[in-house]
Amino acid sequence: MRTFSYHRVSDVDVALAALRQPETQAIAGGTELVNWLKEGIEAPARLVDITGLPLAGVESTPDGLRIGALARMSDVAAHPVVRDRYPVLAQSLLRAASAQLRNMATIGGNLLQRTRCPYFRADTALPCNKRVPGSGCAARHGDTSAQAIFGWSEHCVATHPSDLAVALAALDATIVVRGEAGERRIPATEFHRLPGDEPERHTELRAGELITAVEVPAESGAEHSHYLKVRERVSYEFAVVSAAAVVQLSGTTITGARLALGGVAHRPWRLGGAEQAVVGLSVSDRPALLAAVAADFGDARPLPGNEYKITLAQRAAVRALQAA
Amino acid sequence: MSNHVAVTVRVNGVDREIEVDPRATLTETLRDRLGLTGTKKGCDRGECGACTVLVNGRRVLSCMTLAVTAHGAEVTTVEGLSSGGELHPVQRAFLENDAFQCGFCTPGQVMSAVACIAEGHATSDDEIREWMSGNICRCAAYPQIVASVAKAAAELGGAAR
Amino acid sequence: MTTGLTRPDGPAKLTGTAHYAADADTSDALAAALVTTTVPNGRLTALHTADAEAAPGVVRVLTRADLPPLGELSTPPLGFPVPPLLEDTVHHEGEPIAVVLAETWEQARHAATLVRAEYADVTPAVPFGQAEDVVPHGGLVFGETDESKGDVTAGLAAADVSVTATYTTADRHHSPIEPHATLARWDGDQLVLHSSVQSVLFAQAALAALFGVPPENVRVFCPFVGGGFGCKGFVWPHIPLAAAAARVTGRPVKLVLTRAQMFTLAGHQPATRQTVSLGATSDGRLTALRHTSSNASAQLGDYCENTPHGSTWMYASPAIETSTRIQRLHRPGPTPMRSPHEGPGMFALESAMDELAHELGMDPVELRLRNEPEVDPLTGEPFSSRKLVECLREGARRFGWSERNPEIGSMRDGHELIGWGMAAATMDSPRSPSSARLRIDHTGHVVVETGMQEIGTGLPAMVQAVAAETLGCPPEDVAVRHGDSDFPPHTGTFGSMSTMGLGSAVRAAAESALEKLGAEPGDPLAGALAEAGLTELESEGRWSPEGGGMTRGRTGGYSIHTYGSIFVEVRVDPDLGLLRMSRAVGVYAGGRILNPLAARSQMIGGITWGYGQAVLEQSVFEPNLGRFLSKNLAGYIVPVNADIGEIDVSFVDDDDRVASAIGAKGIGELGAVGVSAAIANAVFHATGRRVRDLPIRIHHLLP
Ligand SMILES: Cc1cc2nc3c(=O)[nH]c(=O)nc-3n(C[C@H](O)[C@H](O)[C@H](O)COP(=O)(O)OP(=O)(O)OC[C@H]3O[C@@H](n4cnc5c(N)ncnc54)[C@H](O)[C@@H]3O)c2cc1C
Ligand code: SF4
Ligand code: FES
Ligand code: FES
Repeated sequence: MRTFSYHRVSDVDVALAALRQPETQAIAGGTELVNWLKEGIEAPARLVDITGLPLAGVESTPDGLRIGALARMSDVAAHPVVRDRYPVLAQSLLRAASAQLRNMATIGGNLLQRTRCPYFRADTALPCNKRVPGSGCAARHGDTSAQAIFGWSEHCVATHPSDLAVALAALDATIVVRGEAGERRIPATEFHRLPGDEPERHTELRAGELITAVEVPAESGAEHSHYLKVRERVSYEFAVVSAAAVVQLSGTTITGARLALGGVAHRPWRLGGAEQAVVGLSVSDRPALLAAVAADFGDARPLPGNEYKITLAQRAAVRALQAA
Repeated sequence: MSNHVAVTVRVNGVDREIEVDPRATLTETLRDRLGLTGTKKGCDRGECGACTVLVNGRRVLSCMTLAVTAHGAEVTTVEGLSSGGELHPVQRAFLENDAFQCGFCTPGQVMSAVACIAEGHATSDDEIREWMSGNICRCAAYPQIVASVAKAAAELGGAAR
Repeated sequence: MTTGLTRPDGPAKLTGTAHYAADADTSDALAAALVTTTVPNGRLTALHTADAEAAPGVVRVLTRADLPPLGELSTPPLGFPVPPLLEDTVHHEGEPIAVVLAETWEQARHAATLVRAEYADVTPAVPFGQAEDVVPHGGLVFGETDESKGDVTAGLAAADVSVTATYTTADRHHSPIEPHATLARWDGDQLVLHSSVQSVLFAQAALAALFGVPPENVRVFCPFVGGGFGCKGFVWPHIPLAAAAARVTGRPVKLVLTRAQMFTLAGHQPATRQTVSLGATSDGRLTALRHTSSNASAQLGDYCENTPHGSTWMYASPAIETSTRIQRLHRPGPTPMRSPHEGPGMFALESAMDELAHELGMDPVELRLRNEPEVDPLTGEPFSSRKLVECLREGARRFGWSERNPEIGSMRDGHELIGWGMAAATMDSPRSPSSARLRIDHTGHVVVETGMQEIGTGLPAMVQAVAAETLGCPPEDVAVRHGDSDFPPHTGTFGSMSTMGLGSAVRAAAESALEKLGAEPGDPLAGALAEAGLTELESEGRWSPEGGGMTRGRTGGYSIHTYGSIFVEVRVDPDLGLLRMSRAVGVYAGGRILNPLAARSQMIGGITWGYGQAVLEQSVFEPNLGRFLSKNLAGYIVPVNADIGEIDVSFVDDDDRVASAIGAKGIGELGAVGVSAAIANAVFHATGRRVRDLPIRIHHLLP
């Protein structure tokens, strides 16, 4: 780890000014950044500690929920409104990482965590376009068992590991960011980027910008929602595949649904077609739901050894719908 | 060292002022600079929980915490738990239930257990299992850890919440 | 609640005052960071250290030219045959090529990333399964590679029912929570080491031989080991490197392996591929048993996972044939890991027994009972003590096995299919010498000193128990000091041998003390000393198996092993391919149990290890890069608390005075045996899927 200077800020504008300097990184909970520093994935000259910024609140307003980017995962999950009215959100947070990590990790940092692709995370730099642009993708013809089935490119086949992002995508949430040019609002479904030929651009956040908040609209109808996380270990593991479902029901008939998958692409994968197709179906009609979901997998392109993710993701989506 | 940073931390009730390399984690600072070797480094990557300490009363991973960011904080390590030679109820329960073997994960388990009970996450065995899962015990004393946390929670009143 | 002695070392471990190797005072020590190869083979052609040397805080970068001459040494005690840094030839990825020494760990770690290496003649690594099977040779082959009796081909031909299947187990890493750590300090030609090792004796002997000094010049401290499971048994390269660095710089040097380095420099359990053939009469009596095996090994050392070993004594069969081979590959050196040999081996044998039971339409417990041998089926020698039948019957009773509906998929709970499966377990009983010194002071207080290191098995409490039982005093009156090579030697805390050897040595020391005092067990010790006119009494005790050195289970005309049965309930969510173990019952016969509290913990630990082997643990070897892909505990997953449900452990009465003077045998590794087979068998019962490849992952179970 290269050495760096360390600065604390307590004002957003001061923070933005500091972040405009070259080779500068913000540090929030540090649970990702410190890992990158240790592995040599990032080597900033300056660290700006943003945990003193007044962006840690959780507010419930008539418009919905506004979560400060610096709120800790544990605090957001324990917030009574989140717990009672946004189950999918609370579940996505509580099924992530561990109690200790959730006490440290922030909402903004969670969205900005990077792929868990083992090649990207290796103890020495392996050919990886996300880590060293242009160095190639060792995973493409290597171990692809945990990689994407949707939206990958020859330059990168990684998935994004955030559980929270999947829940936010299903909630039609907005990521609020601020930079020199003021505020921008990015839909949660578009915040993470598919690799294309620029895998090193992980998200839509631009250099020097801060995430200030995440907003969940009141009309998201999250009372009936569920986050299903499939993993080998019962706890403290990233998802193999996950599904977030938000459902509107009339009796047992689905009148509206939003479905997002995790572990299948480098962004939460919304199943727009399936969302339409399940309307009018009975929530207990599993074969019909499965057929509706499966019909939305036309774009899926499995890699050697990860074909199972297609079956698994479809069933996870149905299970999440039924549990919502 | 030019870019060392002056940091004041209250560790186990005592104010400590030190100049730290900004790269140093709280684990290394506690162990190498403050001589508090009870806190263990297992993975140095946030993946095992051996380095768990309390910062401002919350359980966190000291290996993922840069010491500079702990400025002004109150840190409790396993050395700060028992007083006057008396074991803390969590430590006593661990001893009686044989909730450790090699003992290397144990300081982290104990700190995590203290927080788990204080958070109110020790109301059932299943809840304890889940909320203690951030502390890997390779010796696998898990059932005994669950029994110990439940016992200490009953004693400390954390089970009734 | 199980009763027994709580650990005398418990309060120190619980309050953070127990000292592990990395806790040694390092205020004047240099921090060392290793630079390792990034390719699996070829040659190292250049090493550029100037940038690292110029980095702040760096005192020196050691390469081969800087090493003092090192003596020749065999494997074991070395874990890997090449003394570190000594060759241009690259044997595997992650092999040390330089040591960076700096004032602080942060500086050393950073400078290590600035060393650049150049390589030539690098070729793709050949994966396991694509190299030639060869007969292994040398000190890492623990036992015969080929054993047979009778005519297996004829036995199979004569069978009414036969099964043949191939099973695989994965590369696994020990992953103790404590990484290897060594603090080395030279004082003239005296070397002091604080090192995390499972044998201070091996470390002492190895370092003395390498540095050409007499063993008494090397003092090794290791009171506590933060978990070893086999990976700290032999002497791995970082230990001599730390000592060499300390010698060259004249400063103490502290070298702690990173978690990533733990994946290449401290061994692993290699992947195995095994084929088992069983033939039986229609009433379930075996007519033939063949078990062949091959494991991934390194270029050097020929580490052999003798998986078929247990198959040679497990069941009565007129014909038995086993063979074990290795493939020499460019990968790090494997080493024994809880549980070696029988651990992967019994997965194959006990899965095959379940397949046979299914083919025969016979209850799997019954099949095992029908094939219980009276004498060692290979050698015809008597068993020192064999209580497998008792274990099977008691396990079945405690589990409620008689309620099992043999029909596949017959139990369901909501989304989940429930399966019940079982397996038998066995471990060989290697034994080794041990010794202890016992002192009684005028107050009657007893101190026992031994070179043993406490690794979690609870040896200090065991020593207390044996000393107290022999002397007839309260256990609290016995203090135990350990983990110093100046204390009487103990071979090592591995192979489940410590209780037998050390317990017997402590008993001998206590008996000798009583004899010297002319006292009877239970006589007040203070009074006995006063009567003898002594203020202090010292006695020594030694114990060794027949022949005086380390032995395997078949010695002295006996067949010495441990046994057990394991019954599990699994829940499979077939929709999502999820497998969980909701309940396990293990019943064991491992000699006399001296401390039920610690013994229960050992078995719970072992069963959890078996669960890890069955469901989670797999280190992916990346063929294109020739390296273990994920060298961390997020990519290599081991069980967490939430994985482990109800575990019921018990022991049948067993007292094996052939195995040891105190009737004890080893149990530490036994608990991890058979669990994976029981789980796979339960998965078959739940789903009808026979999974023969470990670990059983989601993709195996998705229909
Ligand atoms: C062992 C382990 C297991 C984990 N398991 C899971 C899991 O199961 N599911 C899951 O979702 N996550 C998991 N995580 C990831 C964890 O949730 C993230 O590390 C964490 O959320 C990151 O937040 P942070 O505040 O610590 O970020 P930091 O490490 O502080 O920052 C990460 C990055 O975000 C930037 N950043 C942070 N905040 C802002 C902001 N407001 N504006 C602009 N930039 C910002 C930083 O500059 C840095 O580049 C796991 C992590 C570990 C170590
Ligand atoms: S998949 Fe992406 S992250 Fe993984 S090696 Fe390829 S480029 Fe890197
Ligand atoms: S050492 Fe901090 S989590 Fe492992
Ligand atoms: S007691 Fe050894 S790792 Fe937990």
